[in-house]
Amino acid sequence: MKKLDKNKLILGVAAPVLAIVAALAITSVIILATGKDPIHAYTVMADFGSKSDSQVWIVNKAIPYYLSALAVAIGFRMNLFNIGVDGQYRIAAFFAAVVGGALTLPGFLQIPLIIIVAMLVGSVWAGIAGLLKTTRGVSEVITTIMLNSIAAAVIGYFLQEGRLAQKDGNLFHTPNIPSSSHFFTIPTTPKPLDGFLVVAVIVGALYWFVLNRTRFGFDLRTVGQSESAAEASGVSVKRMVVTSMLLSGAAAGLIGMPTLLGVSYNYGTDFPIGIGFTGIAIALLGRNHPVGMAAGALLWGFLERTGTQLEFEDYQQEIVGVMQGVIVLCVVIAYELVRRYGLRLQQRQVGEELAAQARKTDKAEVSA
Amino acid sequence: MAPAVELRGITKRFPGVVANHDIDITVRRGTVHALVGENGAGKSTLMKILYGMQKPDEGTIGIDGEQVSFHSPADAIARNIGMVHQHFMLADNLTVLENIVLGGEKLHGIGGRARAEIVKISDRYGLGVRPDVLVEDLGVADRQRVEILKVLYRGARTLILDEPTAVLVPQEVDALFDNLRELKAEGLTVIFISHKLGEVLSVADDITVIRRGTTVASVVPGETTPKQLAELMVGSELPSPQTRESTVTDVRMLEVEGLRLVTADAEGVRRTVLDEVSLTIHKGEVLGIAGVEGNGQAELVEAIMGMRHPDSGTVTLDGTDISHAATRTRREDGIGYIPEDRHRHGLLLEAPLWENRILGHVTERPNAKGRLLDLKAARADTERIVTEYDVRTPGIEVTAASLSGGNQQKLIVGREMSHHPKLLIAAHPTRGVDVGAQAQIWDQIRTARREGLAVLLISADLDELIGLSDCLRVMYRGRLVADADPATITPEELGSAMTGAASGHLTASGEAAHQEPRPSQEGESE
Repeated sequence: MKKLDKNKLILGVAAPVLAIVAALAITSVIILATGKDPIHAYTVMADFGSKSDSQVWIVNKAIPYYLSALAVAIGFRMNLFNIGVDGQYRIAAFFAAVVGGALTLPGFLQIPLIIIVAMLVGSVWAGIAGLLKTTRGVSEVITTIMLNSIAAAVIGYFLQEGRLAQKDGNLFHTPNIPSSSHFFTIPTTPKPLDGFLVVAVIVGALYWFVLNRTRFGFDLRTVGQSESAAEASGVSVKRMVVTSMLLSGAAAGLIGMPTLLGVSYNYGTDFPIGIGFTGIAIALLGRNHPVGMAAGALLWGFLERTGTQLEFEDYQQEIVGVMQGVIVLCVVIAYELVRRYGLRLQQRQVGEELAAQARKTDKAEVSA
Repeated sequence: MAPAVELRGITKRFPGVVANHDIDITVRRGTVHALVGENGAGKSTLMKILYGMQKPDEGTIGIDGEQVSFHSPADAIARNIGMVHQHFMLADNLTVLENIVLGGEKLHGIGGRARAEIVKISDRYGLGVRPDVLVEDLGVADRQRVEILKVLYRGARTLILDEPTAVLVPQEVDALFDNLRELKAEGLTVIFISHKLGEVLSVADDITVIRRGTTVASVVPGETTPKQLAELMVGSELPSPQTRESTVTDVRMLEVEGLRLVTADAEGVRRTVLDEVSLTIHKGEVLGIAGVEGNGQAELVEAIMGMRHPDSGTVTLDGTDISHAATRTRREDGIGYIPEDRHRHGLLLEAPLWENRILGHVTERPNAKGRLLDLKAARADTERIVTEYDVRTPGIEVTAASLSGGNQQKLIVGREMSHHPKLLIAAHPTRGVDVGAQAQIWDQIRTARREGLAVLLISADLDELIGLSDCLRVMYRGRLVADADPATITPEELGSAMTGAASGHLTASGEAAHQEPRPSQEGESE
């Protein structure tokens, strides 16, 4: 048994190591192909990334990425491909910003209210896809993609002067939320860390706990592993689809909150977009594991931060995008390879151990 | 005359296990040669070697006196060896002709020449294959004949049939054996894999017994009895499913009343899969359902489990109407379920054993306390099941996929029994399970029955049905058309009722006493 556990650990480490080595090798070849020195590029990135202001920047950037990855992972764990996290967080943040800008309650009331509105709107938006899947059999991939466009159109409609937005220079944005609703920060030098880090950690822990320690989580994972077995075991797969979409949407609602409550204080035409898609990459990278996704989110932040520095060193600016793509591909392939190898290895070991047991009992029978 | 196939000292090792060692077989030309052995004895691996799907580590293969080395099935086919797999490999939405020429277009084209060839082969061996019928409209026996024809079309002179009778009813088996005799008469050679001894003795000219991966005996049918053969196969005293004393009480545990279910397939054709099904199982009673697969047994089980919603009818468990209860409620109320397809419905293959122990009972102790899982207790209880039910595994952290079929099944049986069900639904409980595990599973069902368990047993193994059941019903086209007393009925009589040829109460004489008008005929005239 000990041998199996050790193997499990080695295999667990093998996949990411394999992936990173492969990704570095491929990226190096690409950089070489552009006639530049890859080693120098990595040194520049490492140097710049380890500066303290870079570190703060990376962590702050990683917070929404992490929340986004969690939202995606909730779907992934039961084989739902929620591509609509992007639309869900944007429409959630928009309406949360509208509510936040319209009220002036004390912060301890208004901050939770804004967050709850965001989570509710995110849930509703994702829930539409869940309902369509269970009642009409429409693939969630299609509905969530289309809901992304619809979310953008809805926001575009309301984000105009005279509707829910005001004009500020070239930009339109919702009224600013009162300063009492600004989220706290963690003082660090040279710049403060976003207080939403705490929320992200809590949500990550909650994700782990619910999935691994509750009946609900077991049901959810069962559906993800085998829908037919789940149905036979008594899980209502349809209800599970809707529930997990609602949860995924609620988590998606949190993604825009660090920006809304800590940076922009309103939803404007310059509100960050595309974090929902980044979340898919990070969930893949972290294998839906809360710690793995945290590492993935930080890696993403690191690449984005240090990528800007590469430009000054006369490297192509696109090289970071290439790296990110290569890493995700390598990770997906490496994990699949290691998973299959592990399964075969285990079957062989089980066979060997049982054969050894059988031989022992055979001998015992002979000697008896 | 050189033997058609001669295997000498064949050894095949897989990592950790020796699948075959020192196999010696001589197959004479123009004979039916049976290869018998229990599940997992190594028959299939051996045939894969002969068909070029696996390469032996040691040993030689001789075909017509010439030593050969196969790298792929194409090499085997070039040497006129053909294989009919246990699971048919036909495309449902193509015609018989199209299926046969598929991949063999170069032989006789795809048009008139191919059709003429097919008809010629069909007539020559009495296969009765109609080239223009869609395969999806064919029954199992017809599909099998198409598979055989497919192999002959490619010029096979030696046919390997892997468990060809597993899917057939006794009458169809007889027809198949007639075909095999035709083939033999034309000078072809048939290698026939089976573990049904009666059949083997009736059709084979030579029999080779395989046990634990090696050939243990070669016998001639005339000089051996099924019992001797079985003991050669198992290497010990045989287990039997015979139930000793009756434990049936008059407490009704499960009552199914007028269950009716109509389904629509992909083309929108509506079919009545359950037609006014009513049955009662008492405490301590095993009710066996016989029937050719696809006659509504699976739907009946799923309706009782709450996985399908019948159009009408009621299901009552221990006095409580559960017709509209969710599957989980039914399980909590005391229905244990050994599913027909354990990989699809009974296990999470890539999850560890202890998670599989929780599956289906996540709301019950010891798996959960309140809404939280109790992992410690679940793990401890998995250890207990592994010990008590003799699940051969190095530990409870290994995935279910790494266990053999028999051990997976023992885990499922242990899990379901651990929650002391009132009713156990056992669908093919010993399918694909080795003899040792089979005896154990039978024992467990018998023990639980003695303690008052009601069992709904569905099986394709007629000996198992007759041996374990207190009462037998025959299902045909969604109806329970006949009943029989397992103490007096023979597998042949049961088999004839399964084809719809008999109904009402089946008596020992083999004549159906027509207590009711024959519903099967009405069904056909509809």
